[in-house]
Amino acid sequence: MTTQTLPGRTRKPRTRLGDRLLHIYVWLVLAWLLAPIAVMIAFGFNDTQSKSNVNWQGFTFKWWGHLGDYPDLTGAVINSITIALAATAITTALGTLIGLALGRYRFKGAGPMNLVMFAAISSPELVMGASLLSLFVSAGVQTGYVTVVIAHVLFSLSFVAVTVRARVVGLDPSLEEAARDLGASTWTTFWRVTFPMIAPGVISGALLAFALSIDDFVITQFTSGATTTFPLWIYGAVRQGVPPQVNILGTLIFAVGVVIAITNSVLARRRVT
Amino acid sequence: MRRLTPYLLILPGGLWLLVFLIVPLVYMASVSTMEGDVVNGFAQTFNFAGYLDAFGAYQTQFLRSAVYGLAGTAIAIALAYPMAYWIAFKGGSRKSTYLLLVLLPFFVSFVLRTVSWKFLLADDGILFEPLKSIGVLPEDFRVLQTTVAVVGGLVYNYLPFMVLPIYVALERVDYRVVEAAYDLYASRVGAFTRIVLPLSLPGLFAGVLMTFVPMTADYVNAAILGGPDNTMIGNIIQQQYLVNNDYPVGAALSFTLMAVMLIGIFAYAKALGTQNVLEAAAR
Repeated sequence: MTTQTLPGRTRKPRTRLGDRLLHIYVWLVLAWLLAPIAVMIAFGFNDTQSKSNVNWQGFTFKWWGHLGDYPDLTGAVINSITIALAATAITTALGTLIGLALGRYRFKGAGPMNLVMFAAISSPELVMGASLLSLFVSAGVQTGYVTVVIAHVLFSLSFVAVTVRARVVGLDPSLEEAARDLGASTWTTFWRVTFPMIAPGVISGALLAFALSIDDFVITQFTSGATTTFPLWIYGAVRQGVPPQVNILGTLIFAVGVVIAITNSVLARRRVT
Repeated sequence: MRRLTPYLLILPGGLWLLVFLIVPLVYMASVSTMEGDVVNGFAQTFNFAGYLDAFGAYQTQFLRSAVYGLAGTAIAIALAYPMAYWIAFKGGSRKSTYLLLVLLPFFVSFVLRTVSWKFLLADDGILFEPLKSIGVLPEDFRVLQTTVAVVGGLVYNYLPFMVLPIYVALERVDYRVVEAAYDLYASRVGAFTRIVLPLSLPGLFAGVLMTFVPMTADYVNAAILGGPDNTMIGNIIQQQYLVNNDYPVGAALSFTLMAVMLIGIFAYAKALGTQNVLEAAAR
């Protein structure tokens, strides 16, 4: 009598096997994605004797006490952080305005604006960097700290704008109308009603801008002149061998980034529920 | 006034993009036909022959970049699609955890990730040295400075850009549609090729755009993981700009690269719209 339920069952075991294989495949790819990160973290604790930190020579904490042994490296990390902060502040302000305009209003400029942002996201960084350098050189602008900030704002602006727009589209405009009906000025309405509602989008956008900036190499190399950032310093050190201090600094940045990302997604989930 | 508001809002950001994205690109087109050197300055001579010289001298690297970009994109699809499929349909409540794991490499600087691969793949490094000492691999076995290392590095660095848009597209597929196909006696293969795959194509195309372009224009992987036989067009452009200060040749090469890609990018935007890429970017 149980044969009645069998047709459904004959298919199920096959499904499960396929799913299980697929699950294993997912973990294999993830292992591959995460392997270099494990290597980076591990080799910060490597008791290496020579400058080339390639072979495992025992566990040590000693490099943590020598984090500042390379003053140019420390300076490069500080540059990376301050450049990222400056670029994030500018990008978030300009990107939020674009996101508001595109999410709230229907206007003829929206099409061209979308197209330019799309071009900024999908153009190769190499070409953006090269063309910016051509312009700076012939305009007689000395490349350095400021031009790096300009370039970082350029490539992260569109990402912030689309992130904020996604948030603005989901808003109920009647809340702002209510505020205005109750006598609030445009300015008050924005800061007391609109901004708190789009703040999660603005925060995500700002985090993204910071992450894009602190990680960037290609455009930075073209626009930095004599200024060095953390990725540029590592690139310059590859030939002679990368010291363990780089691994430790990379691990610290990684840890901070992961903590912020998890906090942000937990907060986002709490706001929804 | 109210009609002007959106224009005022996009004005500062729009100007930034105009001055630092559009103007430099147009200007680069002009530099590419100039002649001269960095000491005496460059003058516009409409030297279009420069393009032929530049392309003729570096056609090997152009071709190699295209091959690496295509191979890397194909491998990325093969790795990313099953992954995105499993996370979207079988990930259940752990979806966001899996996505975080996929994005985890982004918390390590791009250059540092690539340098870590150099550690891992070093001839006498932690992976190959033990295998060589027990005789599993021959002494002269190497991966660094080969095509495998460079294409592998490209796939590694850009894989999340393929996973994300495919995942976004698959996540939106209503699974009841797939069940309906089974109820109507579709086979598993049939349900996939006729229902799931077509619905995920926009995401797949967005992923191709977001990986093929940066892979083809990359020079970091070839510089760190590759050897003299793996030089890509990006390495040449970088060298012309930052080492030789030969801006016209560098500009002609970047402009050729950009033009080929722009045609592809705008054909894409025309055919499929910008929505998928902009949406994937917003995640």
